[in-house]
Amino acid sequence: MITWRGVLSRFLGDPVAIGAGVVLLVLVLMAVFAPLLAPQNPYDLMQIDIMDSEMPPAWRAGGDERFLLGTDTQGRGVLSTIMYGTGISLLIGAGAVVVQAVLGITLGLIAGYRGGWVDAFLMRLADIQMSLSTLMIAIIVLAIFSAGFDANTYADYAIFMLILIIGVAEWPKFARTVRSSVLGEKNKEYVDAARVIGLPPRRIMWGHILPNTLTPVLVISTIQVAEAIMTEAALSFLGLGMPVDRPSLGSLIRSGFEFIFSGSWWITFYPAMVLIALVLALNLLGDWMRDVLNPKLRRGED
Amino acid sequence: MTDTPIVETRGLEVRFPLPTHFLSREKPVLHALNTVDVAIRPGESFCVVGESGCGKTTLGRTIIGLQRPTAGEVYFRGKRIDTMDETERKPIRRDMQMVFQNPYASLNPRRNVFDTLVEPVRHLMPEMSASEARTRVEEVLDATGCDPSWQRRLPHEFSGGQRQRIAIARALVTNPAFIVADEPISALDVSIQAQILNLLSDLQAERGLTYLFITHDLSVVEHFGTRVAVMYLGRIMELAETATLFSRPSHPYTQLLLEAIPKLEGGSFDRPHPPGELPDPVNPPPGCPFAPRCPIAVARCRSERPELRKLKNGAEAACHLAE
Amino acid sequence: MPMLEVRDLHVAFPQGKTDEVEALRGVDLHLSKGERLGVVGESGAGKSMLAFAILNLIAEPGRVSDGEIIFHGQNLLDLSEREIRRIRGNRISMIFQDPMVTLNPVLTIGTQMMETLRAHRRISDAEARRLCIEKLKEVSIPSADSRMEAYPHELSGGLRQRVVIAIALLTDPELIIADEPTTALDVTIQAEIMALILKLCREKDVALILITHDLGVVAEVTERIMIMYAGKCVEEGPTRQIIDAPRHPYTYGLLRALPQKVGRGQRLYQIPGSMPPITALPSGCAYHPRCERVTDRCRREIPELGDGTACFSPLTPVEAAS
Repeated sequence: MITWRGVLSRFLGDPVAIGAGVVLLVLVLMAVFAPLLAPQNPYDLMQIDIMDSEMPPAWRAGGDERFLLGTDTQGRGVLSTIMYGTGISLLIGAGAVVVQAVLGITLGLIAGYRGGWVDAFLMRLADIQMSLSTLMIAIIVLAIFSAGFDANTYADYAIFMLILIIGVAEWPKFARTVRSSVLGEKNKEYVDAARVIGLPPRRIMWGHILPNTLTPVLVISTIQVAEAIMTEAALSFLGLGMPVDRPSLGSLIRSGFEFIFSGSWWITFYPAMVLIALVLALNLLGDWMRDVLNPKLRRGED
Repeated sequence: MTDTPIVETRGLEVRFPLPTHFLSREKPVLHALNTVDVAIRPGESFCVVGESGCGKTTLGRTIIGLQRPTAGEVYFRGKRIDTMDETERKPIRRDMQMVFQNPYASLNPRRNVFDTLVEPVRHLMPEMSASEARTRVEEVLDATGCDPSWQRRLPHEFSGGQRQRIAIARALVTNPAFIVADEPISALDVSIQAQILNLLSDLQAERGLTYLFITHDLSVVEHFGTRVAVMYLGRIMELAETATLFSRPSHPYTQLLLEAIPKLEGGSFDRPHPPGELPDPVNPPPGCPFAPRCPIAVARCRSERPELRKLKNGAEAACHLAE
Repeated sequence: MPMLEVRDLHVAFPQGKTDEVEALRGVDLHLSKGERLGVVGESGAGKSMLAFAILNLIAEPGRVSDGEIIFHGQNLLDLSEREIRRIRGNRISMIFQDPMVTLNPVLTIGTQMMETLRAHRRISDAEARRLCIEKLKEVSIPSADSRMEAYPHELSGGLRQRVVIAIALLTDPELIIADEPTTALDVTIQAEIMALILKLCREKDVALILITHDLGVVAEVTERIMIMYAGKCVEEGPTRQIIDAPRHPYTYGLLRALPQKVGRGQRLYQIPGSMPPITALPSGCAYHPRCERVTDRCRREIPELGDGTACFSPLTPVEAAS
């Protein structure tokens, strides 16, 4: 049995986990408190001056101390856009994982517990879904969406669309994980005991089996947040993600990409660094969690 | 003791289809139970003994309703229960409970003791108030030798013996009349086995419980059972009062089982036995299922299946040669 | 001189960063040629640990922290892994509870047996094959010839354990360590396997260390018994003497807790509580919180195994017989 106290003590004993945790915490706090911390509000057109565009970081020649990491082509401070952009990236990542988890856990639980043709149907559906790449589905749907609506509507709904598409496209990962745990749990005697009492299947599934399958769900959730953020960044980079006036980390990287060779490398470089740090921290935490929570890898304690 | 059985099975059969390739023409089935008739009397400890694969666990699971019979009937106090739907069956569930073999698996690891124990009360006795339910839980904890302070703790904090007490408390919380105990002590250490057996005996004396006690261990049966059914390959080979079975076993298989018990006096293992194996339950032999291992089998045993019949000493045995 | 002698064996496992807990707390054992010894205890008593320690198989992060294991005058703990391999599986064989620990599921019985044989002997293929079939016949495996080509999953549990015994016998060992060899088997199959082990040990004068929780099995098979409790041996002596007149209260309790010792309907004797985990041992004698004969001394001092029993107030022969 894994206790919270045990997990905490393992966490404090692992420098990599602490490092990843601190990076993640800093980035999350930075994103949440962006409106208070950021030197400028990049959404506020009143604060933006086109005259400030393409300024290098403050310590370089021609830099301005108002813009620590320089400015982009529209004169927005790169540091401020990163702070706001990280928030949008995290929001899409977390939102997409919530959609994945709700769909995946429900379908995985039903498939595993019911078995038979229900299981076969849902799992073949998952196979088909998995054989179409997430990026491909997203590109098609978003391309239709952006062609079908005018730019303003697109800008308003882009974030929901991204959450929905990435969420729906990746549900099979959760479903498969949950299903295989359910298959392991459903033949245990505590489930039989619940059936002897006559509990309806719904209550056995959600009340008894689900809580015992959540450990692997926690692990893949972390890694899936990282993946969703990457997917969103890739889509934005392709011009199908967040619009330039509400930029995520991906759209920030894109907006500066054309100017790398004209010397304004900072517009792309700093958002890219933050994206890498964020995804790396999430993946390291996910790996660490898998090692700690997987009983097969644990030794000598119980 | 009245003669109206509390639980009765008639012609009970359970067949499991085996997984095959979906194109294969053969559809092999495993006969887990074959025409099993038992009548369990109120207040007795009816033991079912046999080796793995003999169908003893399937019998218990079919009676309690975890397994649907392929054919045959199950009665509880004269009412047929195997065909009931959930609403009809619900009032009966509080009278029939089960204790499982492995106390490490039979308690949900994420639920504390109180939640585990109160669930049957909430579901099966909705007329009880929350405080009545709490009193009931404390009552059964006390009756099974559990400390009331255990209620807020999780199963992993307890030893195997303590967990089995909690599992017994869960079975008792709805105040049932009949309990299926499937190998309740075989996962426990020797010194703990005695504690649990004594607890089960005490509870029977206090509450007039009827047990269906499933075990592989004949020495426990001798101590605990009122009557015994010996099973082999899904069939009852011998059914007798405990004392009769142990003093004069009628079926050769029962005799083999009794000889195989390791005894403190020694002497059981001095004679090497040839390897005896359970025949393939998917393709059982045509005659007596025990004939391939039977030391006294004759030609008739290999062609004609013996039915369970009453013998002179009051026991029933499925053997052509038993008297 | 005994063939095998274990002196003051300690096995420790790390706990936390700096601490260690002892799974074996000083165990002595001696075994002469052809002698059959039973090591009895409940789960967690350290009986399997003892077997693993003798074969130098304690898994990381555990370690033998003290003591000697002398086999024919040689301390096994001083040997290199290469040297110990010449003894393990050759002069000392092992039979585990689960035959599939020994058997590789993807190789035929014959391949595995010949491999074992050739790891320790330089013989020709034909000779190895002949020897393997001979051993399979010795353990009464029907149609031994054709079984050489069978895979482990094609055999029943009882036959698999027979094959494991045949493999254990291949190198004509002087000692077999059997760790719960029949616990996973049915009663009638257990009787067959134990009868076979007993017969082979007697015929070939092989010594046996039988590790089990089952006093009945030990009473049937062994000549001497060691009773283990919480990492220590609490009683040791000839089998009949211990079964008929145990002196340690724990042994006495274990025996009286068996249903076959009391009549129908009578209450079984029950030892209260359960064995403490090695991480939370009580002071003094580890058994004292469960003992009816506990004295103040038991709570303070750890009794040593003098003249057969580690107890400050052992039962008298008269008490033991009752």
